[in-house]
Amino acid sequence: MNRREFLKNTAKAVAGVTVPLAAIEILSPARVQALKADSSVRWAFLVDTYKCVGCGLCVKACKNENEIPYEANVTRTWVERYVLTKDGKLYADSPKGARDGFTSAKIDLGMGKFQDIRKEDIKKAFFVPKLCNQCENPPCVQVCPVGATYQAPDGVVLVDRTWCIGCGYCIMGCPYGVRFFHPKYHTAEKCNFCYHRINKGLKTACVQACPFGARQIGNIKDPNDPVAKIITTERVGILKSEFGTKPQVFYIGLDEEVR
Amino acid sequence: MKNHVFRPLFAVIGLVVIVLVIRVFYVPKDFGVHERGYMYGWYREGNVSEWKTSVKVKYQGKEYCSGCHADKVQTIDKTPHAIIQCENCHGPANDAIADHPSEQRPKLTIDRTRAQCLRCHLKLVYPTSGRANIRGIDPEKHNPDIECVMCHNPHKPGLEGLK
Repeated sequence: MNRREFLKNTAKAVAGVTVPLAAIEILSPARVQALKADSSVRWAFLVDTYKCVGCGLCVKACKNENEIPYEANVTRTWVERYVLTKDGKLYADSPKGARDGFTSAKIDLGMGKFQDIRKEDIKKAFFVPKLCNQCENPPCVQVCPVGATYQAPDGVVLVDRTWCIGCGYCIMGCPYGVRFFHPKYHTAEKCNFCYHRINKGLKTACVQACPFGARQIGNIKDPNDPVAKIITTERVGILKSEFGTKPQVFYIGLDEEVR
Repeated sequence: MKNHVFRPLFAVIGLVVIVLVIRVFYVPKDFGVHERGYMYGWYREGNVSEWKTSVKVKYQGKEYCSGCHADKVQTIDKTPHAIIQCENCHGPANDAIADHPSEQRPKLTIDRTRAQCLRCHLKLVYPTSGRANIRGIDPEKHNPDIECVMCHNPHKPGLEGLK
């Protein structure tokens, strides 16, 4: 055996034994195809921005329901306020994620500064509730190196708290900024459409708490579902469609100012 | 070829084998590729049912409250506040409270603050949002020092319900 052969064989041997067993599994396309069972449920969310009054009761209910510490400045869902003035300026804020609602007319600019806007100067102003988009092609799942964040058969992206190593790739990968670290569990955290509720036939906490019907959840694969009917027959928008993540949170009255 | 050349190679192979053996025992049996393929469906299957079953429901909804407090629900149902869930002001009626025998049952914490009312009733003239349609006040001018519930009955919010 000469040196060249020895190096070749060593490289082959190490490469061969270090390929994990799970990776060998995916090399069989037939097996992957067989696993692609079609689910009869695909959860989707509908937000009507015309109805939202920015009361923040949804955020409060979400934090209580999902045990996100109330004082911590992180939240699974939040409400943004957009105020466009007649001179073309855009102001947007979401103080503490709007967990206490918008109880001041002043715009919170951060760092303790506030902007007063006269009502004569307002061209348009509205509220936009936001939450995890449960994308059809979730980038956070793609980048998770350990399989801790994943997509369940019904489309909801879940986080396995026992499996998450806290690397934060998913937080960086999400173009919508909906993810954060749970202050108590120290694992990646985000909205999961109240998975424990929707699977018991209940509405999500935010949908139930909203007094104005601005939030709705439904099964997009059920043709008789009222939410599915609206999404499939009316004009609805999604956030940041240019990323190709195919969000499953749809908005009525979405505006170009909303990013 | 001398034996000392192979020794590092054996060490590497040994290490790799040890890692793979540990992996077999450490990784749960239900961890692998599922419905959505390798890119999106590589996970521990047991976690799906964990999320479904191990998380407790805290908010029960208005129907649950009306099981015992039917009179209160009927009163409020005739007012514009009928759209508000009881638990939005009274706090979640979670199992911890519901499961107690009546004499030891902890009270729900009711939010009677001004801020709770101002969530909707701060006057904001936002033409393209629902807030523009709600009767609102300027909190700096309208009795700034007292709670709204000192005068207004939240269960009968109209002026005839004034205390």
